[in-house]
Amino acid sequence: MSSDVKNILIVGVGGQGIILAADIMSQVLVGAEYDVKMAEIHGMSQRGGSVNTMVRFGSRVYSPVIEKRKADFILAFEQLEALRWADYLKPGGVLIMNTEKIKPLPVLIGNDDYPEDIEGMLRQKGIEVIKIDANKLAEEAGSKKAANVVLLGCLATYLPIKKEGWYTFIERRVPPKTIEANKKAFDIGYGILTEVASV
Amino acid sequence: MRVLLSGNEAIAYGAHAAGVAVATGYPGTPSTEILENLAKYKDVDASWAPNEKVALEVAIGSSIAGARSLVAMKHVGLNVAADPLFTVAYTGVNAGLVIVSADDPGMHSSQNEQDNRYYAKAAKVPMLEPSDSQEAASLVEDAFIISETFDIPVLLRTTTRVNHSKSLVEVDLEQTKREPGYKKNAEKYVMIPANARVRRRLLEDRLKALEEFSEGFSGNKIEWGSREVGFITSGISYQYVKELFPEASILKLAMTYPLPRMLITGYVNQIEKVIVVEELEPYLEEQIKSWGLSVSGKESIPSIGELNPDIIADALIPREEAIENSKQSALPGRPPMLCAGCPHRGVFYELRRLKMVVTGDIGCYTLGVLPPLGSMDTCICMGASIGNAMGVQKATGTKDIVAVIGDSTFVHSGITPLIDIVYNGGITTVIILDNRTTAMTGRQDHPGTGRTLKGIDSHMLDFEKLVKAIGINSVRTVDPYDLKAVRKAIKEETAKDEPSVIIFRRACLLVEKPKGQPYTVNEKCDGCKVCLRLGCPAISWVNGRAEIDISQCAGCEICAKLCKRDAITVIK
Ligand code: SF4
Ligand code: SF4
Repeated sequence: MSSDVKNILIVGVGGQGIILAADIMSQVLVGAEYDVKMAEIHGMSQRGGSVNTMVRFGSRVYSPVIEKRKADFILAFEQLEALRWADYLKPGGVLIMNTEKIKPLPVLIGNDDYPEDIEGMLRQKGIEVIKIDANKLAEEAGSKKAANVVLLGCLATYLPIKKEGWYTFIERRVPPKTIEANKKAFDIGYGILTEVASV
Repeated sequence: MRVLLSGNEAIAYGAHAAGVAVATGYPGTPSTEILENLAKYKDVDASWAPNEKVALEVAIGSSIAGARSLVAMKHVGLNVAADPLFTVAYTGVNAGLVIVSADDPGMHSSQNEQDNRYYAKAAKVPMLEPSDSQEAASLVEDAFIISETFDIPVLLRTTTRVNHSKSLVEVDLEQTKREPGYKKNAEKYVMIPANARVRRRLLEDRLKALEEFSEGFSGNKIEWGSREVGFITSGISYQYVKELFPEASILKLAMTYPLPRMLITGYVNQIEKVIVVEELEPYLEEQIKSWGLSVSGKESIPSIGELNPDIIADALIPREEAIENSKQSALPGRPPMLCAGCPHRGVFYELRRLKMVVTGDIGCYTLGVLPPLGSMDTCICMGASIGNAMGVQKATGTKDIVAVIGDSTFVHSGITPLIDIVYNGGITTVIILDNRTTAMTGRQDHPGTGRTLKGIDSHMLDFEKLVKAIGINSVRTVDPYDLKAVRKAIKEETAKDEPSVIIFRRACLLVEKPKGQPYTVNEKCDGCKVCLRLGCPAISWVNGRAEIDISQCAGCEICAKLCKRDAITVIK
């Protein structure tokens, strides 16, 4: 089977900036001469529904869709979505989870409960969870909206591309006024994970 | 240079490189971005048509007049355009005519998952199916050439995974230029029976020639591997097969109508076991089996829903232990919702309160069916709400029925059923939810917005005048944020013994953010849960009380108007 292909699954809720993050990542990977495929589904999902984007890269990629238990990384923008997609992670894969919780409709109207202790449930599945309060960190960086780039920074720590390689594509894709904040957000995400990884 | 493009971007790129001059369609997921991207080219006349039938008719006209033309639509749009489709196969084209049908297996955002490959066979037009963006770009060019060579429109059939996945595309194509030129040829283009009978015969000749072409077409190719098991596949399924069975032989078909019978027969005869992998119906499998060849496929591969590598592996690879679906026991689902502050919310709330039967239609507002609003009884296809309401009223005689339809949908196919109501003495109330855009597909303009796809101002269709001209005497326009007026309008109009139209007009939040201040819940809240029945994403149930997330609240004030305890107040 296609051996060197890496699989990244990004999950969250419509409106969290997931597609932009996946776009930046894919561009960076293309810039590094990889074959890249990215699968996303939009439509109904935009209205606050569950959103997933798949990025695959390697020397030759065929399917744009990731198989269950084959994701090397899951980048979860929201806790419940992390749990929903956890089965896609391969044994030993890395799950980076934003601590944000967004209540879905059944929970909002009191028909269902938002699961407590999602981190614990994930650990029970044998998954090592890296938890990050990306929203807070983004505010520190100067733009609430840059939480997606903080998370991207975290994931970037694991990818075979130099930190500087990301800036060009961040600059190209975010609104001009927020370039500095987004670069800072990326740095913060990147920095945090280098710390976590070295602990 | 290679760049990462979605299938839709690639189709636009390939069409432009092929010198497309006229492009039109109606927005529909997953096809919408094809025209949005074509509109960016100055030298392409790209436009939204009111519906797919009109779009195809415009493209037929421009093709006859010598301009390469493309129409794009989602699969159900081709049902609307089917009438001209079947006849343009007879007339053929002058300049190339390409019809893109974007199918939606799995119904990510559609009301059905019909397999439009059967349209190619039924209408007798050649069909090409790309499996990624590179192929999408190059097949569009092929499609134009085939169309002109064989004097026939070409169907480019894609699926959501191809339209919305991104992959690398060479973008160094040189642009072909073609000078339009119209020459009258009534025998070819006027399908009175005498002419049509001639063209009908010629169509068979063209199909024969196309079949021969298909045998040698470079897109239909065998990738030889093991001779024990081999696959026949097309579209996105090819990528899944390559992923799962890198050692196998694969016959990959890019032209799936007419099929290259000799190529397929030769291939099947050289391989012990041949499996056809295709999404949805056994379209290839049935035809191949009808030639007496032994292949398998649909007895193990599902014909319902979208395929993916997991599903194909489950069907074809004997696994020691099936990967157990450790489905997380009943996680709360996350259905899409109407935005906080959506102008439709109050209307659905009142319809439910008034216990109306509501025939619905296609758009964001279809979400009004979901709890807690739960206020829609039917949704069949674009424009169906109005005819459905007429039918319910005929059958039951009830007055407590309304049809609910969006502004774009009304223009698409709501006008003729409204004429029917007036003509045939219906007394139904039709509600036009006029949010000044085509919201569901991501905010496209339409005749009611008075702006074109190219961003040029044009005549703004006047709904009030239009429905009056149709013969509706009772027409009123109401702000849907004004709950009292919403209720009053529905009550009064449905009580009448004549047909009526209520236009609830307020822009979608994607078009114009309301200027309202956010609201908050104070200590007067006694937990009556009334505001929760709005299903507003900003309001939630926390510790026996309502709570408003001010970062989400759009300040529409609807919840505050509902609250009897004055517990919801604006943040000063
Ligand atoms: S996009 Fe517009 S019409 Fe659709 S739910 Fe949101 S506000 Fe309502
Ligand atoms: S005012 Fe109430 S109903 Fe309107 S958006 Fe805010 S919370 Fe939702």
